[in-house]
Amino acid sequence: MTYEPKNLRVVGTRPIRHDGADKVTGRANYASDFTLPGMLWGRVLRSPHAHTRVISINTDKARALPGVKAVITGADLTLPPPGITQAGESAINTQHLAKNLLARDKVFYDGHPVAAVAAISEAIAQQALGLIEVVYEVLPHVIDVDEAMRDDAPLLHDDLFTEGVEPKPEKPSNIAKRIFVGKGDIAKGFAEADIVIERSFTTKAVHQGYIEPQGVVANYAEDGQAMVWCSSQGQFLIRDLCITMLGMEASSLKVIPAEIGGGFGGKTTVYLEPLALMLSKAAGRPVKLTMTRGEVLRATGPHSGSSMTAKIGAMKDGTITTAEVVIKFQAGAFPGSPVGAAVMFCSAPYDIPNLSITGYDVVVNIPKIHAYRAPGAPNGAFAFETVLDELARELKMDPIDFRAKNSAVEGSKSPYGPTHGPIGGIECLSSAKNHPHYKANLGPNQGRGVASGFWINIGGQSAATVVVNRDGTISLVEGCPDIGGTRASLAMMCAEVLGIVAEKVRPSIVDTTAIAFNDVTGGSRVTFATGIAVVQATEDAVRQMRERAAKMWDIEVDQVGWRDGAAQELNGNRSLTISQIAQKAAKTGGQIMGHASINAHGAGPSLTTHLCDVEVDRETGKITILRYTTFQDAGKAVHPSYVEGQMQGGAAQGIGWALNEEYIHDAQGRLENAGFLDYRMPVASDLPMIDAVIIEVPNPNHPFGVRGVGEAPIVPPLAAIANAIYDATGVRMRDLPFSPPKVLAALEAAGKAKANG
Amino acid sequence: MAKSHVSTTVNGDPVEFLCDAPETMLDVLRNTLGLTGTKEGCGTGDCGACSIIVDGRVVCGCLMLAVEATGKQVTTIEGIGAPDRLHPVQQAFLEDAALQCGFCTPGFIVAAKALLDRNPDPSETEIRYWLAGNLCRCTGYDKIVRAVQHAAAEMKGQPA
Ligand code: FES
Ligand code: FES
Repeated sequence: MTYEPKNLRVVGTRPIRHDGADKVTGRANYASDFTLPGMLWGRVLRSPHAHTRVISINTDKARALPGVKAVITGADLTLPPPGITQAGESAINTQHLAKNLLARDKVFYDGHPVAAVAAISEAIAQQALGLIEVVYEVLPHVIDVDEAMRDDAPLLHDDLFTEGVEPKPEKPSNIAKRIFVGKGDIAKGFAEADIVIERSFTTKAVHQGYIEPQGVVANYAEDGQAMVWCSSQGQFLIRDLCITMLGMEASSLKVIPAEIGGGFGGKTTVYLEPLALMLSKAAGRPVKLTMTRGEVLRATGPHSGSSMTAKIGAMKDGTITTAEVVIKFQAGAFPGSPVGAAVMFCSAPYDIPNLSITGYDVVVNIPKIHAYRAPGAPNGAFAFETVLDELARELKMDPIDFRAKNSAVEGSKSPYGPTHGPIGGIECLSSAKNHPHYKANLGPNQGRGVASGFWINIGGQSAATVVVNRDGTISLVEGCPDIGGTRASLAMMCAEVLGIVAEKVRPSIVDTTAIAFNDVTGGSRVTFATGIAVVQATEDAVRQMRERAAKMWDIEVDQVGWRDGAAQELNGNRSLTISQIAQKAAKTGGQIMGHASINAHGAGPSLTTHLCDVEVDRETGKITILRYTTFQDAGKAVHPSYVEGQMQGGAAQGIGWALNEEYIHDAQGRLENAGFLDYRMPVASDLPMIDAVIIEVPNPNHPFGVRGVGEAPIVPPLAAIANAIYDATGVRMRDLPFSPPKVLAALEAAGKAKANG
Repeated sequence: MAKSHVSTTVNGDPVEFLCDAPETMLDVLRNTLGLTGTKEGCGTGDCGACSIIVDGRVVCGCLMLAVEATGKQVTTIEGIGAPDRLHPVQQAFLEDAALQCGFCTPGFIVAAKALLDRNPDPSETEIRYWLAGNLCRCTGYDKIVRAVQHAAAEMKGQPA
């Protein structure tokens, strides 16, 4: 479908979301709000060691405890055939997934599940865990990415040989893969440059931090039919992963999507669902399994810590001639970090003729890394955008002008291959430059930082059904969990096409037996791709209603138009409303239902620029965010409040990542801060208002011009804050997070260097 | 170990339940009384998803033993607003798009209502510090703070 400018009456307005009342009254049901009669409670036994061989597991005493109904270990989970399941932006290796669900001969991280129990109460299940006897042989572990790449590092997998290097290595290592993106001739590019700056950066593993812990209720019946109720970013993905793990047929498993309490990419895989199904099958009763916050932090996908070097050259006039970047990512226990996105997108806001960007995917003893909002891009942008700031200062150029001079525009070839269509990079930069924030006065110890970001966005498979009810209301049936207001945005697009108000369209997100396969809610794809499916399904319903009207009037269908929620006779003044047509549906051919099932392409990339003002407390090293403004190309904001919400929320996550969040391990490789007290995410008193300025450069591949918006806003904050700290203090911070002790140490070191210099 | 018998008042109704000594008020609300609007995000007092009002004070349900409810007045999210009219805080959350996933929302609404009950005219800073015990990972708090300001203005405009 292509974009056409239209007069819009619903798209672009701010109606109350359809699921709103349920969510402000406590009615909305999330994963662990569900209960079944006869339900058992499950608990998972987790390894207390970071890297061990499992010598033996004895479950006899646990099984003998009264009230225990089932105990499972890795021996009960048959290794599935090798395969890959696509999960939004990540790909899931099915054998690795099985080994992650329940350890087999080896444990790869603190928190790795080794057994699970179902019992008549949570307390008995917990007691049973203590009766399971596991004999471990503790092995040396490695967590830091640079250390894991060394020849003498403890080896996680003795069958892992680096992909992407020629010739194939003779020895296994922790380096799962090398990837490369390049063009032009970097030697020539550096020779042309008047100034070259090379810097190194590190970041720590961080967690998605959704407030709802994972939870599931599973019910496996004697005839092999099963049901799972859980919160995820895609009920179809959960179904497909579960049936692959358990060797079931797709039609035998109904996955019912609960409301989801945040995901940010982290809920695009399974941790508990297959275990709950196995326990339910073994016990013959429904089983509820939930994670504590400690389990969430210890055992679910954090995002990669990284180590990076960026070397960028520019000419005196500000033209960037070349960039050479090396990016190493923690993959966690199994290969598959999002380093590819860091490689492809770190330089993507710009058009740079000579590029060499290399990435390494490195296994280490922390949980298998999983997607986190614009997976990988913030790390790469942190390095790239910080070096750009240094270059702009050396060149005595305004950092916005410097970026604008090198911006990718329509027709530029992206680093990852395709040529850009219309993109809003320049528009974001000029809007930032003209914003009052950019001119606001700064006091002592205050500074301003600028950074840009890029996210590609994805399309993918979506289905929608538009059911026309007798009273003229619409039931909109779709299959993508609503995490941030997509029920509203989809219903609004349906209403726009019909010419009715959004409140007359009631959206429902249905289970895996009630609609065709849908890809996950992820990759910023729902308002784009499911939006196209909804528009097509609605147009299908309109076509049928025009046909019925033609029948009722006994004229040709091409004599019937559609306007304002009614069929209109083109050469006359008769009209029929939706309800008038629907009430006669039985007589004119049966009930009216529009369908669409598509694989959408052409999600336009999102570009964004952030402005950040900080104040640095020289006594304590504490950074206060004084002002924060985000500028982002949304293509078309269907419900502007929820677009702003994505921009503000993404910025806040990036601020937390920059200032405080990090995985801290003890000498044994155990996670030391497995709770919200010590894994310190931003709270309301840490932040100012976050101003969100929506730019609209329509995406030509969507009927209303929509681009995904959810991910790009987490990309710039790391560098924007680093650049602001430099502006305030003259000190460059290149190792995340910028927590008070680190800032204080950097200020003191700089003070000493100055005194000695 | 014998269970304890507790008599209390939840959302204005007399309620009795049996609980084990270590059970929290959050466990009892969710698992015994079926009031699942109160959420568990951490179980350690660090996220505020379990916020309830006990005798006029905001409390983390996960840090309160269920036996402590004896003789107390407990208000949960299910007790806020009336069937024919949402509470102004709830209404403002809807109008101002102050929720995305909605998981933190019951806790924020409970805490914000308690704030406005004691301070009808809080400053932005007072709102931010009052709500600092409630984590939201989706919104960046901007629209939540605005919704509380909006609700405060609505409530002042309304004759009691
Ligand atoms: S669940 Fe009680 S504060 Fe988090
Ligand atoms: S709206 Fe999702 S945590 Fe607040």
